Amino acid sequence: MFYREAGQFRTSYAQDSQIFPLRQDRVGIIIMLIAAVMLPFVANSYWLSAILIPWLVLSLVALGQNILMGYAGQLSLGSAGFMAVGAFACYNLILRIDGIPFVVAVALSGVCAALVGIVFGLPSLRIRGLYLAVATLASQFFIVWALDKFGWFKNYDPAGVITAQPIVMFGHNFATPREKYWVVLAIVAVLALLAKNMARGSIGRGWMAVRDMDVAAEVMGFSLLRTKLQAFAISSFYCGVGGALFAFAYLQTVEPSAFGIDLSFRILFMVIIGGLGTIMGSFLGAGFILLMPIFLNIFFHTVFGKSVDATITSALEQVIFGVMIIMFLIFEPLGLARLWQLTKERLRLWPFKH
Amino acid sequence: MLIDKMLRRIVPAISAATFIAIAAASTTAMAQEAQEQYFGIPSSRVGPYSAMGTGYYGGIIDYLNYVNMKGGVNGVKLTYDECETEYNAARTVECYQRLLNKGDQKMVVFDTLGTPGAYAVIGRMAQDHVVLAQYGYGRTDAADGRVWPWVFNAAGHYWGQIAVKMNYIAQKEGGVDKMKGKTIVHLHIDTAYGREPIPAMRQIAKEWDFKLIEIAVPPPGLEQQSQWLQIRREKADWVTFWGAGSGMNSTAITTAARVGFPREKMFYVTFGGAEEDMIPAGDAAKGTYVAANAAPGRDYPLIADILKVVYGAGKGNMQNPERVGTVYYNRGVGAAAMWIEALKNAQKIHNKVGKTVNGDEFRDGYEALDITDEKLKEIGILGMSAPFKMSCAKHDGSERFKMMQWDGKKFQILTDWVPAPDPAFIRKLIEDSAAKYAAENNITPRKCS
Repeated sequence: MFYREAGQFRTSYAQDSQIFPLRQDRVGIIIMLIAAVMLPFVANSYWLSAILIPWLVLSLVALGQNILMGYAGQLSLGSAGFMAVGAFACYNLILRIDGIPFVVAVALSGVCAALVGIVFGLPSLRIRGLYLAVATLASQFFIVWALDKFGWFKNYDPAGVITAQPIVMFGHNFATPREKYWVVLAIVAVLALLAKNMARGSIGRGWMAVRDMDVAAEVMGFSLLRTKLQAFAISSFYCGVGGALFAFAYLQTVEPSAFGIDLSFRILFMVIIGGLGTIMGSFLGAGFILLMPIFLNIFFHTVFGKSVDATITSALEQVIFGVMIIMFLIFEPLGLARLWQLTKERLRLWPFKH
Repeated sequence: MLIDKMLRRIVPAISAATFIAIAAASTTAMAQEAQEQYFGIPSSRVGPYSAMGTGYYGGIIDYLNYVNMKGGVNGVKLTYDECETEYNAARTVECYQRLLNKGDQKMVVFDTLGTPGAYAVIGRMAQDHVVLAQYGYGRTDAADGRVWPWVFNAAGHYWGQIAVKMNYIAQKEGGVDKMKGKTIVHLHIDTAYGREPIPAMRQIAKEWDFKLIEIAVPPPGLEQQSQWLQIRREKADWVTFWGAGSGMNSTAITTAARVGFPREKMFYVTFGGAEEDMIPAGDAAKGTYVAANAAPGRDYPLIADILKVVYGAGKGNMQNPERVGTVYYNRGVGAAAMWIEALKNAQKIHNKVGKTVNGDEFRDGYEALDITDEKLKEIGILGMSAPFKMSCAKHDGSERFKMMQWDGKKFQILTDWVPAPDPAFIRKLIEDSAAKYAAENNITPRKCS
C-alpha cells in the first residue's frame, strides 16, 4: 500500500539511473543512516564494541569477497590473508610514519592489500573455478606464514603479536566504543556506496560479463587481464581495509594466526548465505554468520540458565546453527538478499494482489 | 450490589497488600544482592580445545559452588554467568564485553584459559578495571607489575616453565656442562602461544651451548609426519613440545612412535599434558614427561571434599564425574581458589568484610596474595599448587613445576616443585621485554615501593 511506485515518474536519464529509484527507498535509506549514526546514544558499550563494530567490519570484508566471487565469479579463499595484510600494514604505517592520520593509514593499507591481491590474482588468468580456489588458498597460507616468519612486520615483538595503536585523526583520539563505531560506520558506509556504484556501472558490468562467460566477454572487447586483476585488486582493497579496522577498532591485540583459514571460510559462508552478487547480502550474511551463534548462546544461557549442562547447550548451539545454514540453503539458495528482495516485491502488491 | 461494594473495597486492599509485599520482597532481594560477588566465566566447551575448557571451567564452577555451599566468602554469595568462546579470540572479546556488566555488578576478574584470548583482551583491562588472572598461560612479560598492574599469573608462566624443564633435562643428562653440543627441538603450534617460550629458550641455548631447533606445526596440528621425520634427521636428544588441543597432543605421540622417537625424551607443556591428551594415544604415550603447575589426584582434601559436598548433592558441573581430579580440573580449582583468596584479601584490606568488592579492590587483593604452605593446607591443596607470593612489581607465581611421567594409565609424579636454575635471569628477560612494550606504547611504569 505504501511501498509502490505509482505516481513517481522519471523524466530524465539521471532520474532513471539513480541508485534508489523509489522515493520510499530513498526515505528508508536516509532514516536508516540517521538511525545508524544516532545508535550510540541508545546502545550500550557491549552492543557497540562486541556486536555492531565486528558486524560492520566483517560486512565490509564480505563485500570484498562478494565483489570477487559474486560479481566477477572468481572463487577465492584468501580473504582472511588479505585482511592480515591490511591489519599489519596499518600497524606498520602508523608505527613508522609519524603523525599519519588513521584514515590515510587505513586507505594505504587497503592499497597494500590490493597490490598483494593483484599478485595472487595472476593465476586466475590461467585457471578457473575450484582450481582457482586452491591456488588462492596459497595466498592465505603464504601471507600468514610470512607475517609469522619475519619479525619486522611485528616490530620484533617477542610473542609475535602486534598491539594496535590508538586511532588518532585531526588531533583527536577515538578511544571510546562510540567514537570507534562512528569511524567504522563512516568508512563502511562510504565504501559500501562506492561498491554499489561500481557494481551498477561499467566496471561491474565487466565483472559480470567475465563471470557469466569469459570467452564471450573477451570477444566483446573486455580485457580479461584487466577485468580480473581489477576485481582482485578492489576485492583485496576492501578486505585490507576491513582487516585494518578489525585489528584497530575491534581486537586491538592481534597475532597473524587470528587471520587463519577458518576466518576465510567464514567469510566465504557469509557471502554464500547472504547472497552472491549482492551488496545487501554481504551485510545480511555477515550478520547471520557472526551474530547467530552469539544470539543462540545468549538465548540458551537465559532460557536454561544453569539447569542444563553448559557443555550440552554449547554443542546444541552448534548443531542448531548448522541446521539453520542447511535450511537456508535448501529453501533459498540465492541467499538472504533474495529473501529481502522477495519481501519487497510482495510489499509492492500488498494488500491487493491483483 | 453488596458483592460489588465488597469488591470495590477489597480490590484496593489486595492491590495495596501485593504492592507492599512486592516492595518488601524486592528490598530484601536488593539487600541480598548487595552481598553477592559476580564472576564472569568465558568457557570453551566445544571445538578442538574442549577437553581443556570443560575440565578447567568445570573445576572453577565447582569451586564457586563449593564455597557457596560452605556459606560463601564471609557471607558473600558467589554468582556467575557463563559465555561460550569456542577458544576463539574474536568470540573471547564478545564474551568479555557481554560478561563485563551484570545488573549493577561489574566483573572483577577474567580468565581466558588461552593465550590467544588473553592477548585479545589484555589491552582492555586497565581501562575497564578488571583483573586478568592468567593461570599458567598468557603474556609472559606481564609478570612485571609495574607495566601491567592489572595482569597476573599465579601459576607460573611459560618462560619459567621452559627454564624449569631445561633444568630437569640437564639433571637427567648429568649436569649443565653435559648439555653442551646436545640438540633440543622445540616443536610448537604456530601461534603466539607456541612461540611464547622461545625468547627464554634461545637465551638458555646460548648460555649452555646446545643446539636449539624450532619447528612449527600449523594449527590445528593434526598432521605432523614431516616435522617428526625432521626431528629424526636432526638426531634430537630431547623434544620440548608446545601443543594445544588433545588432537594435536596425541597426534604428536603417535607420530613420534611411528618414526621411532622415544617418548622418554619428550617433554610436554602444561597445557598439552593431561589425561585427555595421553589416553587417545594409547600405549604409545607411555613414558612421556609433563610439567605440571597443578598436580592431578583426588587425594587432596579440597578435591575430596568437593566430591563429597558438591557431587554428593548432585550439583557437580562435570558431565563425567570421573574427570574430577584430573590435571585440567585441578588446575581450574587452583585458579578459582586464588580468586577467592584474592577476594578475602580485598575484603580485609578495604574494610569490606562481608560486602561486595569492586575491580580496584579485587586487584589489590590479588596483588596481596601470599600463598604459603600453611595457606595451601588451609584451603586443602597442599602439594597440588606451589606456594608463592605476589608483590607490586612481581606479578607471577612461584615459577616452580612438578615433573610427571605418564605410565600408561595415569601420571606418576616424579619430583617435588622444581625451581628454575636461575630465576634472576628469567626475571631480567621479563623486565627487558616489559620495558620495551612500555616504551612502544607510551606507558609510564608505575613506581613500586
